Amino acid sequence: MENIKIAIRDFNLHFGSKHVLKNINIEFPANKIVALIGPSGCGKSTLLRSLNRMHDLSPDARLEGDILLEDLHLLHPRTDVVAIRRKVGMVFQRPNPFPKSIYENVAYGLRLTGTHNEADIRARVESCLQQSYIWEETKDELQKSALQLSGGQQQRLCIARAIAVEPEVILLDEPCSALDPISTAKIEDLLLELKNRYTIVIVTHNMQQAQRVADFTAFMYLGEVIEYGPTDQIFNHPQQMLTRNYVEGHFG
Amino acid sequence: MTKQQFTKIVGIQLLLLCTLLTLSFLGIILFDLFSKGYSALSWDFLSTAPSKGMTQGGILPAVAGTALVTLVATLFALPFGVACAIYLNEYARDHWFTRLLRASIRNLAGVPSIIYGLFGLALFVEALHIGASILASGLTLALLTLPYIITTTEEALHNVPNAYREAALALGATKWESIKTVVLPGAMPGILTGTILALSRAAGETAPILFTGVAFYTRYLPGSLLDEFMALPYHLYILSTQHQSLEQVRPLAYATAVVLLGMVLLLNLSAIMLRIRYRNLWKTSK
Repeated sequence: MENIKIAIRDFNLHFGSKHVLKNINIEFPANKIVALIGPSGCGKSTLLRSLNRMHDLSPDARLEGDILLEDLHLLHPRTDVVAIRRKVGMVFQRPNPFPKSIYENVAYGLRLTGTHNEADIRARVESCLQQSYIWEETKDELQKSALQLSGGQQQRLCIARAIAVEPEVILLDEPCSALDPISTAKIEDLLLELKNRYTIVIVTHNMQQAQRVADFTAFMYLGEVIEYGPTDQIFNHPQQMLTRNYVEGHFG
Repeated sequence: MTKQQFTKIVGIQLLLLCTLLTLSFLGIILFDLFSKGYSALSWDFLSTAPSKGMTQGGILPAVAGTALVTLVATLFALPFGVACAIYLNEYARDHWFTRLLRASIRNLAGVPSIIYGLFGLALFVEALHIGASILASGLTLALLTLPYIITTTEEALHNVPNAYREAALALGATKWESIKTVVLPGAMPGILTGTILALSRAAGETAPILFTGVAFYTRYLPGSLLDEFMALPYHLYILSTQHQSLEQVRPLAYATAVVLLGMVLLLNLSAIMLRIRYRNLWKTSK
């Protein structure tokens, strides 16, 4: 595989006494879209949230092994978690724009990093909204509350907000599960555009979605990566019985 | 009509009756106060000091005293209470010590106000040598309202969806930045309404200020925070039980009660308006 962006080595995760992720070894290539699929509870969201240390919020989570973002050890206690999250952005399952204006939502991350020049912020907000294909719909009402947007618009705004801090990787946790088909199609187009600049990892329940957007797909089951390869191979020529049963819809 | 339907209808009517009865008490109190105090109410009553042994004149020093002492209480209780609540809800891990802290704070809310008054006398007036003053009374009232402010603030913080915290952290905010920029603004309506309601209770308290600064009579408005002051609840108590010609000052007492009630009502009204304003601000699209 060319140009590895994220390498996960012998990674195990426990919640209290529960062994949730088991011996994960997987690599995500730069500027590609990787889909994590598998039945509910297989650990795909948990794996995704390990990549920007979101588990720091749960006191009983125990992470072992190594996750490398190029040469940065993400799990190392001395690695600055704030720096990690600037490099690894995240878009959540339910659109969660802040109850602020559209403009302030995108500007939020910039203000955190200490950008105070309003002209710089304005330019960046515009370019991020354009990259997220939501500029045309919102350019005349940037001061409107983000909560007044539709669900699909909110999710594209959340993507704009995530790319405003110029991350290297974008994690998406079932970003379309709360959206209608038209909004979903818009997000998928957007992802295909964004992969030129970012490395994208997406958790999805929707197997058509994985086939439409992902270059590589990993099938997970009961906390393990069962099979990982080019999307076409996973869906059309799976090597494992489990994978075949899942992608053919025998369980899920 | 079956027996079941009958009991259901009777039950609902009984509940309605209880509600109406409670409301009617409020109505009776308001009507009684207004009808008997109406004759004494005027702009002069609000804007002048009592005169001729409190048989004439107004209640300006008492209005000013109550307003000032409530303001002092707010200035101390709000930042302290919010800080405690932030610690408890955002930082403290859930173990026996935090549970003990929470239980203690809830119990503090149940301590009779006269105990706060005596405590204020011992600590602020005597031990800290502040003397009987607006400051000592304000601090005592701050202590009294603190448990309410902590509890309602914690509740308000708790009601901010975790999705906002996660979104802020995922954008590279530190924990404190996420609290400052997202969680606190989100909790603000709850914090403000809780605080205002607690203060409107404090404004009407007599026992905590009794030993810590309230005066029977002052001719002038307080000049500094270390002065003694008049307050509406105490003035009402004097006029209705301690005055040498009770019958003569009765209308004044009723009018004073109306003003005190009016101030408290005004505070509560502002709490309701704040809540409505913020609710509209936060309304989601769904």
